[in-house]
Amino acid sequence: MIVQNERFELNKNLAQMLKGGVIMDVTTPEQAKIAEEAGACAVMALERIPADIRAVGGVARMSDPKMIKGIQNAVSIPVMAKCRIGHIAEARILEAIEIDYIDESEVLSPADDRYHIDKTQFSVPFVCGARDLGEALRRIAEGASMIRTKGEPGTGDVVQAVRHMRAMNAEIRRLVSMREDELYEAAKMLQVPYELVCYVHENGKLPVVNFAAGGVATPADAALMMSLGAEGVFVGSGIFKSGNPAKRARTIVQAVTNYNNPKILAELSEDLGEAMVGINEQEIALLMAERGK
Amino acid sequence: MKIGVFALQGAFVEHEQMLERLGAEWVEIRRRADFSDCFDGVILPGGESTVQGKLLCEEGLLEPLKSVIEGGMPVFGTCAGLILLAKELSNDPNTYLGTMSVSVRRNAYGRQLGSFRCNEPFADMGTIPMVFIRAPFIESVLPQSGVQILAKVNGNIVAAREKNMLATAFHPELTEDLRVHQYFLSMIKAHE
Repeated sequence: MIVQNERFELNKNLAQMLKGGVIMDVTTPEQAKIAEEAGACAVMALERIPADIRAVGGVARMSDPKMIKGIQNAVSIPVMAKCRIGHIAEARILEAIEIDYIDESEVLSPADDRYHIDKTQFSVPFVCGARDLGEALRRIAEGASMIRTKGEPGTGDVVQAVRHMRAMNAEIRRLVSMREDELYEAAKMLQVPYELVCYVHENGKLPVVNFAAGGVATPADAALMMSLGAEGVFVGSGIFKSGNPAKRARTIVQAVTNYNNPKILAELSEDLGEAMVGINEQEIALLMAERGK
Repeated sequence: MKIGVFALQGAFVEHEQMLERLGAEWVEIRRRADFSDCFDGVILPGGESTVQGKLLCEEGLLEPLKSVIEGGMPVFGTCAGLILLAKELSNDPNTYLGTMSVSVRRNAYGRQLGSFRCNEPFADMGTIPMVFIRAPFIESVLPQSGVQILAKVNGNIVAAREKNMLATAFHPELTEDLRVHQYFLSMIKAHE
């Protein structure tokens, strides 16, 4: 059923305020300030950006709360942080330090390979990744108040974010076009609550804000995701793995606002310096998007 | 009646939906070319004030907007919009439009866990639902300004009007209640 309590509404409302904005991964207070200065609408505090998590390997966990607090003190915009999928205790720790949003994220090593966190039990809001409508609605049923595509983090390759956004929106359009008596079967096939299927059928959108994430590296990538229906963009490794982080960050922010103006996008794309090198989908050993369905 | 809705970042769609329900026309403003002084009023939506303020400057919108507001065009700012309008921010050295004679405290209720909803009286319109999301409040009204206080929550000023400027720390656009938007449209009608 659709969670209808006041806290859930307030948490959805915060995501609405982030719309049309760019949420940037940062690892230090200095980077957080660069991001805020460049126009980030929120920052994601983490010890290692996804590209480095990928490079270093091993178990990736929640960041040191002290490091997160350092970032909270450095900026006035919302601060998010990641916990492992299913790691209730990490989520409680992040709630205790009054994080603004928890990302229950496939970028970290999953702590539970069957169950996600019951997010309805928390006051703090959660954002979760999804590859398709089924995953998105399951996370919302568990209490997520914001959704993002999983994409493929730390690759600088936007193909999977595109695939996930297109898949989600195609399924939404399919639900909208159905007869009402077909929605029961649709809920069964998607493995999601019937009430959420009805919401999508009636409104033609998810009941929460939907951002793009995973592999966004250029202003053009960000504009692409917006034109495919994203309500905002997460940029992880793309900024601080590039030649000129401040400039790249600033231009991605402007690209999200002006995503449907090619002339401005052309100006923004000029002279950005080195982009992150990136890895193609075929070259990666670990598909993070396969975590947490 | 045509209203320019600033669509740089944040919850501008929600304002557009309110205007639609009230039968008012609107256009989105994202860059200098979208802006003209032929609007009957403008709305500054909620979102992140640092982002919106920065984009206002970068898109060359700050000065033209400031001059139409000073020229008397009705403007309605919610949350971040209030911050953009304020002459003073008590906990931030930056100011943006600086047209409204109030001193505003950013993130006055703390982080997201401090966000809340309540029902309180607004102007002479009775009680309305108010949604506060990492909200600011008006810490003080600057002396000799003629700012009219429209709502208080727990002693803090959360809505005010100065001549053609209406600002709320809360988000009427996140509720079903159309009365604050109606109040703004009546300001526009009176201006005409």
